[in-house]
Amino acid sequence: MSTLEYKLTQTTDMVFTAEFPTLDGNGMEKAKKNAERMRGWFDGVNATDNTAAHAHASNVASAIAMKQLGLEPIMQVVCRDKNRLAQQADIVGAAMFGIENFCALTGDDVTAGDESEARRVFDLDGPQLIRLMSTLKRGEYMSGRKLEPAPHMFIGAVENPAAPPLDYRVLRAAKKYAAGAKFLQLQIGYHQDRLEKFCAGIAGAGLAGKLAIIPTIVLVKGARPLHFMHNSVPGIDVPAEQIARVEKAADPAEEAYLQTLEFARHALAQPAVRGLHLTDFRHDDTLERLMNDLGRVRQHISTDAQFTN
Amino acid sequence: MAEFIATIEHVIKGPAWGCQMCGQCVLHSTGMTCPMNCPKTLRNGPCGGVRENGNCEVKPEMKCVWNKAYERTEDWPLPQSWKDEFNHLRPPVDNRLKGGSSWKNFLSKRDKWTPAGWGRTTEEQEGAH
Repeated sequence: MSTLEYKLTQTTDMVFTAEFPTLDGNGMEKAKKNAERMRGWFDGVNATDNTAAHAHASNVASAIAMKQLGLEPIMQVVCRDKNRLAQQADIVGAAMFGIENFCALTGDDVTAGDESEARRVFDLDGPQLIRLMSTLKRGEYMSGRKLEPAPHMFIGAVENPAAPPLDYRVLRAAKKYAAGAKFLQLQIGYHQDRLEKFCAGIAGAGLAGKLAIIPTIVLVKGARPLHFMHNSVPGIDVPAEQIARVEKAADPAEEAYLQTLEFARHALAQPAVRGLHLTDFRHDDTLERLMNDLGRVRQHISTDAQFTN
Repeated sequence: MAEFIATIEHVIKGPAWGCQMCGQCVLHSTGMTCPMNCPKTLRNGPCGGVRENGNCEVKPEMKCVWNKAYERTEDWPLPQSWKDEFNHLRPPVDNRLKGGSSWKNFLSKRDKWTPAGWGRTTEEQEGAH
């Protein structure tokens, strides 16, 4: 059982997850550097799958590298680039290397990336992919052909409680739970009222304790990335007052940090929330500061599992 | 005959609902809004990229198909049994049916076929909850 699964299903501890930077040229060196920085802080780290519709080293290769480097990977699988056969092959292949945590996403459209002319696949959608993962976990391919022994899998997905239709988002989360998701990492959100409503809805649907909600917070250095997310990432709306707060501060970097800390504490206080997902655009020492301010202690760094090449 | 029925279906459902002839129609359960018009062809609800104004991530000038489907399901006087199906988990598209008549596949129940792995999961899920 993965640490993430253990903590979410056997304890009431808050978990912390993060996004592993994308890997391209010199990928293993970059992976090592990032693993050094992240090891000990997180219960799971996302191995992304062509994030924002840009090609990178694959989710499977990244997840295996992370595991060799002593991190616990959460392998994302998106629906944009591959059909159901290829998705099954990737998941079963990753399971060969002991990858246990999987996260199903619909995925950004190809138009979000730098190769908009590519064919979009979307053979399955997000909820169908979750159910496909449940099928594999039970020891069968989608066709019904046996997969023995069944791979050990801990299945999650994502949701965006701040995107319209707002009133439907809880039902969609419930659908994902019914399909087999045990945790939901949320899209970056700057509307606290929408998060409150979503979490209350999850609790109201009787899903607290069954479906772990993991809101995402972002470490930024100033107002520019807030503008970027607001203007260029569909599904993320940053209220003008949140941007102004950072922009007009005497020390924007400090204000941006305080804003993140405030959002983190607010998110952790919501019902059904079982942790935080962290995206770090600062790449400075604020990760450690945030963790300390949230009372998180860095775990002993084991060198046993380190990659020795 | 099968081709003739498919042509009639396309002539009627094309202009009315932008029918894409997937051959396994779910219009009744999606507020009479064809999910195959979603650029990602999502059959189980809106993605996370819906814009603040309710429009599509991929086509910013178009209202999100699922946003429209949700509103219509809430507001239109559709049969309650159809509304109840809105949040059902619809199975993956059977690509072999594309281009054929969904009416024919409905009558023959061919559109109810799902892969064995998908079907068994249903029973498990229902038993588990």
